[in-house]
Amino acid sequence: MNIHEYQAKQVFAKYGVPTPRGIVAHTVEEAVANAKELGGNIWVVKAQIHAGGRGLGGGVKLAKSIEEVEKLAGEILGMTLVTHQTGPEGKLVQKVYIEEGADIADELYLSVVLDRAAEMPIIMASTEGGMDIETVAEKTPEKIIKVAVDPSIGFQGFHGRELVFGLGITDKAEQKKMIQFASKLYKLYMENDAEMIEINPLIKTGSGDFLALDGKMGFDDSALYRHPEIEAMRDISEEDEDEREASKYGLSYIALDGEIGCMVNGAGLAMGTMDTINYMGGTPANFLDVGGTASAETVAKGFEIILKNPNVKAIFVNIFGGIVRCDRIANGILEATKMVDVNVPVVVRLDGTNAPEAAEILKNANIDNIITATDLGDGAKKAVAAAKGE
Amino acid sequence: MSILVNRDTKVIVQGFTGSEGTFHAGQCIDYGTQIVGGVTPGKGGMEHLGRPVFNTVKEAIRATGATVSMVFVPPAFVADAVMEAADAGIELAVIITEGAPVRDMQMAKAYAVKNGMKTIGPNCPGIITAEECKIGIMPGMVFKKGTVGLISKSGTLTYEGANQVCNEGFGISTAVGIGGDPIIGLSYKQLLPMFEADPETEAIVMIGEIGGDLEIQAAKLIKEQITKPVVAFIAGQTAPKGKRMGHAGAIISGTAGTAKEKMEALEAVGVRVVVSPAEIGKAVKEVLSK
Repeated sequence: MNIHEYQAKQVFAKYGVPTPRGIVAHTVEEAVANAKELGGNIWVVKAQIHAGGRGLGGGVKLAKSIEEVEKLAGEILGMTLVTHQTGPEGKLVQKVYIEEGADIADELYLSVVLDRAAEMPIIMASTEGGMDIETVAEKTPEKIIKVAVDPSIGFQGFHGRELVFGLGITDKAEQKKMIQFASKLYKLYMENDAEMIEINPLIKTGSGDFLALDGKMGFDDSALYRHPEIEAMRDISEEDEDEREASKYGLSYIALDGEIGCMVNGAGLAMGTMDTINYMGGTPANFLDVGGTASAETVAKGFEIILKNPNVKAIFVNIFGGIVRCDRIANGILEATKMVDVNVPVVVRLDGTNAPEAAEILKNANIDNIITATDLGDGAKKAVAAAKGE
Repeated sequence: MSILVNRDTKVIVQGFTGSEGTFHAGQCIDYGTQIVGGVTPGKGGMEHLGRPVFNTVKEAIRATGATVSMVFVPPAFVADAVMEAADAGIELAVIITEGAPVRDMQMAKAYAVKNGMKTIGPNCPGIITAEECKIGIMPGMVFKKGTVGLISKSGTLTYEGANQVCNEGFGISTAVGIGGDPIIGLSYKQLLPMFEADPETEAIVMIGEIGGDLEIQAAKLIKEQITKPVVAFIAGQTAPKGKRMGHAGAIISGTAGTAKEKMEALEAVGVRVVVSPAEIGKAVKEVLSK
């Protein structure tokens, strides 16, 4: 689960990680009131969406007067912001964060993520703040400092020294501030089961203080049960409606832009099915994992969600029945076709336990638009042909 | 021969009396696995599925001589259970539980390594040595005895791959579902050399997916240590960037961990890489007929 910048900064504040002051606004009036409350004579108006690259997309603007805050908030609120992380359809901006202007002397980068190879959290830092870190990693990998922290000992002095010397911070007071900053961020990461924290840029002010100018945080969904205060920050308007609806039924769904709807058990086989459709010259319309226990109800729900997509010209049901018997799934499919009006050809491949019985059931049902397939390759081929109207 | 488990392996079940544990332990017993008992705290002294129940793993080991544990404990408590197994001297824990917090598994894995206990999973189908020992939730009948070793991140692709291998007239020595979570136990790196050393295994199928770099590490290892033919499939060539495809592990960011990158790395070291999982069986036939 991801949270907004303004929420991340609330979490930072709780842990004493310094940030500029700011207040979130849902309307232009609120934005103006917030700017007045913050005081000063320079403000930043920042679109709050769950995606990076907001600045380049025109979602972060500097205001030098209250009138300008009003004008910019009016422009940004309600705009559809397109960045390299939103996809071409962009995201609707429903909130803006009004933040006091900061005196930027230097821009750094700092993040905490899980290093899968080392199997421990890793703190990444760079002097190249404000840039896309993937570009830095590609072009100047030597400018990224990586410090893995073994949770059994926690954040120690040497971790801090590796960071500050790596970043070329020489001033004693600044070294101390940066070490504290990183140590608090690590604590926050561990205590909240964060998946990722990224601050880009982390700025040094003219007076030598470090501030988180931006903040991105993602959390381990499996651990949310023990962090109700984090879960309360969930913004469902940032999530895809169909994906959310699917998850209520234990289905994992992601819309794609092709023509063949897929319903598969297991994430790996679901991806493998999409790959096979592609290999056979077709295009997958979605990823849909019905999970380990495909019942008539989940299959019906799956059909319903797939068919909401107007681009779908055929559906490929690919189930490898293991513990769940194929004859049951076949009956489930038949029942589902009674519950939902399936108006496109459905290619069904059922393999595994009781597959011959399942084939018999589907054959005897004699439904016009159900086409049976013997294996994965055969099914994908038939689905591609059906989508082309062959 | 086979790897890690065989007909003599003595297995206990942690989370034995829960609904999942009960159902799958029953299936394993039917398959012929030596399930010698189980652990459910507070239910020690009972009998379940005709096997003794113990309060602690230590008691279970003392009474049964088990060396392997199959873990069905719910996600919030699974790390505790795995660490208990490691502490008690279990040699291999097969963790089926799905949805374990990453931080918990990180701690449990580190403790297991420190205690010399191997782990498989979490969030995986388990391990099966065909027609001898099934420790997990896979459909046993798919796995006919043979000479092909299989390692897979994905559950259903394990069955798909094994089924194709068997339909081509070959069979499986041992199949291991390693899971696709960010922190997993045994992986290609440890399992490939085991299959290389196993006289019964003649070829290896490895099924990977997008995210992480385990397959890239495997490619390096194959170049240096593996002489047996390897067939590989990487799921997720058509997955959109940055999207999560069910498994927490299947996240791509930028170029790191894409299917293309992994396929190229494996091809470069002589692995027979297939672009569709529908080709796994045929590719195995091809490499074994050479």
